[in-house]
Amino acid sequence: MPKQQANWSPYDNNGGSCVAVSGADYCVIAADTRMSTGYNILTRDYSKICKLADKCVMASSGFQADVKALQKHLAARHLVPLKIQIYQHQHNKQMSCPAMAQLLSNTLYYKRFFPYYSFNVLGGLDNEGKGCVFTYDAVGSYEKVGYSSQGSGSTLIMPFLDNQLKSPSPLLLPVQDAVTPLAEAEAVDLVKTVFASASERDIYTGDKLEIVVINADGIRREHMDLRKD
Amino acid sequence: MFRNQYDTDVTTWSPAGRLFQVEYAMEAVKQGSAAIGLRSKTHIVLGCVNKANSELSSHQKKIFKVDDHIGVAIAGLTADGRVLSRYMRNECINYSFTYESPLPVGRLVVQLADKAQVCTQRSWKRPYGVGLLVAGLDESGAHLYYNCPSGNYFEYQAFAIGSRSQAAKTYLERRFENFADSSWDDLVKDALMAIRETLQGETLKSSICTVAVVGVGEPFHILDQETVQQMIDAFEVVGEQEGSAAEPDAAAGQEAAAEQGAAAADQGGSTDECVAPMDI
Repeated sequence: MPKQQANWSPYDNNGGSCVAVSGADYCVIAADTRMSTGYNILTRDYSKICKLADKCVMASSGFQADVKALQKHLAARHLVPLKIQIYQHQHNKQMSCPAMAQLLSNTLYYKRFFPYYSFNVLGGLDNEGKGCVFTYDAVGSYEKVGYSSQGSGSTLIMPFLDNQLKSPSPLLLPVQDAVTPLAEAEAVDLVKTVFASASERDIYTGDKLEIVVINADGIRREHMDLRKD
Repeated sequence: MFRNQYDTDVTTWSPAGRLFQVEYAMEAVKQGSAAIGLRSKTHIVLGCVNKANSELSSHQKKIFKVDDHIGVAIAGLTADGRVLSRYMRNECINYSFTYESPLPVGRLVVQLADKAQVCTQRSWKRPYGVGLLVAGLDESGAHLYYNCPSGNYFEYQAFAIGSRSQAAKTYLERRFENFADSSWDDLVKDALMAIRETLQGETLKSSICTVAVVGVGEPFHILDQETVQQMIDAFEVVGEQEGSAAEPDAAAGQEAAAEQGAAAADQGGSTDECVAPMDI
């Protein structure tokens, strides 16, 4: 009797793309707002971006139910102590981006054998106010980079970012600065361009672009229309 | 009051129907440094006296943020208070995780009270030695509760606990009728004056007291030292006009409202110490 395959999957892919770019004193995180399943669109106005702390924002693509659960877990700091709010209570300050990065990694690995189908980019400012971007796989492997993209459009977006930003590898010695030399306005423009291009060829990316910019003044949100087809 | 033969176990009743261990726990609250709370329709102010053991040490933390809409001031065994505020924080976090809305403070105090009650009915436990003034907002407005080690809780318009709290209570009794419509500034000023009453002549400085506020549109936060000192300076200039009132009639001043019809009368001596704490 040949092995039976499951005809039900606990996962689904809701598509979409996320991008994060960091600079000397800012960080830009962007994601499209289209949520799809199969070849259908569920909604054109769904935010994939979640604010985790004062200067730390996460964008996730993949299975949005898992993304939502992950966001709740991080933001709500559920059963296991040392999650975000408990951290804030005990340490009396907001969690820094690098601390959050480790927390997210641990949270993802906790479900190593039934993973969150969530492909994340974490962006924000570190303790010194420098922009930082962390990129993850579904089970928590992460690294600090100058820029990253995840999701259905990442195969189209990443090579373009590599071409424009050419961030040095974090494995190089001596350790080189990962942040991009671009100014904040240029980085935002780059992100808009990148999504406009991705929307042309990736059917799961489009509708609207949500951009979040974190800098010393705080967090600012922008929107831009993308192709709706 | 001390040295009874029925006071070894918390699970031993006295022939007069009292649980002495519980009453002793309430004594511990009275020994702690003062904490006061007062509320208007939209805001609650918590204040406490923060004296360090010596010049070398730091102050003990007596006011804790539990959630954006709830804070607590403690008097008594501060270690017990810390543990209970951690419990409260967890409860708030779990509730808002499940229901995506803030835990109503009325529910939290019941959970706290039930937790305290357990310790009065287990032979291997001891009652918590800390009194909690819980300040919180819910849909019906601003609330101030007092949780006893006995497991009782009461809602108050204004209250004070800890050592020399009677002086503060007297002050609050005289003024509480005006609190409901007080402005933010007036409420904080009244809190500082009440704290001053407990200091018995010592100068009120922002370095020995802590004040926290929570209100509609204002998440719970502890006021920084400068703001507090400014407010102290402002009313010191006006001058203190209050004479010392000689009335220990605590019952007149407090608006006690036990929510679930807790049989407050049944516990005799121990409840009296909660509703109308008078020095015995």
